[in-house]
Amino acid sequence: MVQDKTISSRIFDIVNYTLLSIIGLVTILPFLHVIAGSFTTVTELAQKQFVLFPTVWSLDAYKYVFSTNTVFRSLGVSVGVTFLGTMFSMLLTCLMAYGLSRRDLEGRNFIMFMVLFTMLFSGGMIPTFLVVKEMGLIDTYAALIVPTAINAFNLIIMRNFFQNLPEGLEESAKIDGAGDWGILFRIVIPLSMPAIATISLFYAVTYWNTYMSAILYLNDAAKWPVQVILRQIVILASGLAADTSGMDEFVRPPEQTVKMAVIVIATLPILCVYPFLQKHFAKGALLGSIKG
Amino acid sequence: MRRIVKNRAIYLMILPGFLYFLIFKYIPMSGLIIAFQDYQAYLGVTGSPWVGLKHFERLFTEPMFFTILGNTLLLFFLNLAFYFPVPIILALMLNEVRREAFKRFIQTLVYIPHFMSWVIIVSISFVMLSMDRGIINELLVMAGFEKINFLMSSEWFRPMYVLQIIWREAGWGTIIYLAAMAAIDPGLYEASRIDGASRFRQMWHITLPSIRSVIVVLLILKIGDVLELGFEHIYLLLNSMNRDVAEIFDTYVYTAGLKQGQFSFSTAVGFFKSLIGLILVMLANWLAKKAGEEGIY
Repeated sequence: MVQDKTISSRIFDIVNYTLLSIIGLVTILPFLHVIAGSFTTVTELAQKQFVLFPTVWSLDAYKYVFSTNTVFRSLGVSVGVTFLGTMFSMLLTCLMAYGLSRRDLEGRNFIMFMVLFTMLFSGGMIPTFLVVKEMGLIDTYAALIVPTAINAFNLIIMRNFFQNLPEGLEESAKIDGAGDWGILFRIVIPLSMPAIATISLFYAVTYWNTYMSAILYLNDAAKWPVQVILRQIVILASGLAADTSGMDEFVRPPEQTVKMAVIVIATLPILCVYPFLQKHFAKGALLGSIKG
Repeated sequence: MRRIVKNRAIYLMILPGFLYFLIFKYIPMSGLIIAFQDYQAYLGVTGSPWVGLKHFERLFTEPMFFTILGNTLLLFFLNLAFYFPVPIILALMLNEVRREAFKRFIQTLVYIPHFMSWVIIVSISFVMLSMDRGIINELLVMAGFEKINFLMSSEWFRPMYVLQIIWREAGWGTIIYLAAMAAIDPGLYEASRIDGASRFRQMWHITLPSIRSVIVVLLILKIGDVLELGFEHIYLLLNSMNRDVAEIFDTYVYTAGLKQGQFSFSTAVGFFKSLIGLILVMLANWLAKKAGEEGIY
């Protein structure tokens, strides 16, 4: 667009840039407040309230958090579930998406409709719980992965990506004697790395953030992922929530700095992958928004 | 038949995913029949006695039902009225930024919260809003006001709920609008500038009408989510002090079903919810088509 140099246009720009800067700050300040707060002492936090650059640096909060093994153990669970879950989900998603991308497949439209319909209607929490229970998944780590293994949005994004690969590639591979499995693993998947990276990161973020599956399907507190522990320490310890099961290890309400440290620990992995994620996700989000 | 045999490898690839949808999506749908039974775990779906519409009758006579229905509808309405326009406005603002670097920087910042779980978002709010050393209350005191117990009050639940949604999702919500804006023909802006249109008028008469169909589609999708207010989010904010305004269908199903073991009754509640949701999407889609837009299916 050509630059518009009138005075009203300049004022517009100044107001717009200022407002956007404020919005950016409002979005990010709470995170910075919590990160800085977790690295200072309780007294400094009490005196200055809002700390962005602590004058007294301290790891006390982290030492306290890691003095019991609750958080450590839950981090292990989250890392494991995120890693295995992402692999499992990607395998299932890629296989199904590739199959559905083949235009010559009999029954393809029926299966696509079946997938789309689950986005409009569902059996709901209790019938799903009963199925998970019948499968013997209650109190197993698999309950955090298997019942949510395929995300219909992600499946559709992958299918669209596969469908847009040039058909000639498959043809020529077939002439060279490759079977369907060979085409998928030697040609289609290597060519789809950008899409695979994006969707993997989407799945990984979802698994890292897993909370609901854990409270529905895991009664055993020793198996809880970090998000559930975070809720125990920050939200339940404020003495507010309706049920206070599993509070034994943090009976005394923890200090603000400790709460902040746990928030940082639960957030950190995502902040670390965010720069990689960001490169791809806009495209993924766009494809995902176009249903069908 | 020959084609099916020829493609057997492809069917084998689809099979695991097909089974996933069958087991974890379609069997639960058929499991909705326990809403018409007195489900007993040891008798199972096949053995439990049929009771017709008993649970639905109870649902419609329970006073709690109307509180929940009211809360659900009100929270949805607030969500629609206060959250829905925000990404559009934010996208309009970002679209006017000519400095690519600045635009990308702000986008990077406002996308971040979307990737945080509700537990993290709610936890950060709790740390900031708590009565005991929460930054917001400390600032209120410094400014000469009384402390406010945000987390344990009925009045503050709704604003808190909406603001958290805006904080988490507004930035992410701009992606689709920005993409739609990028596709607008620059000639339109040029022509309007020659006619003397200000930047505001250009936004109003060119940008907004150009993304109208995208807005309509997203509105339909939103209406389809009328009863999906986010179990996690509300469950995390829910406590004994705000239950009267915060309890929605999902949290009620969770407490009545899984905590108190009333499987059949809470399945009936969930069934009612899913059904209303389905009807609303179809209605919204039909309305969109009537209005001359494409709809989503």
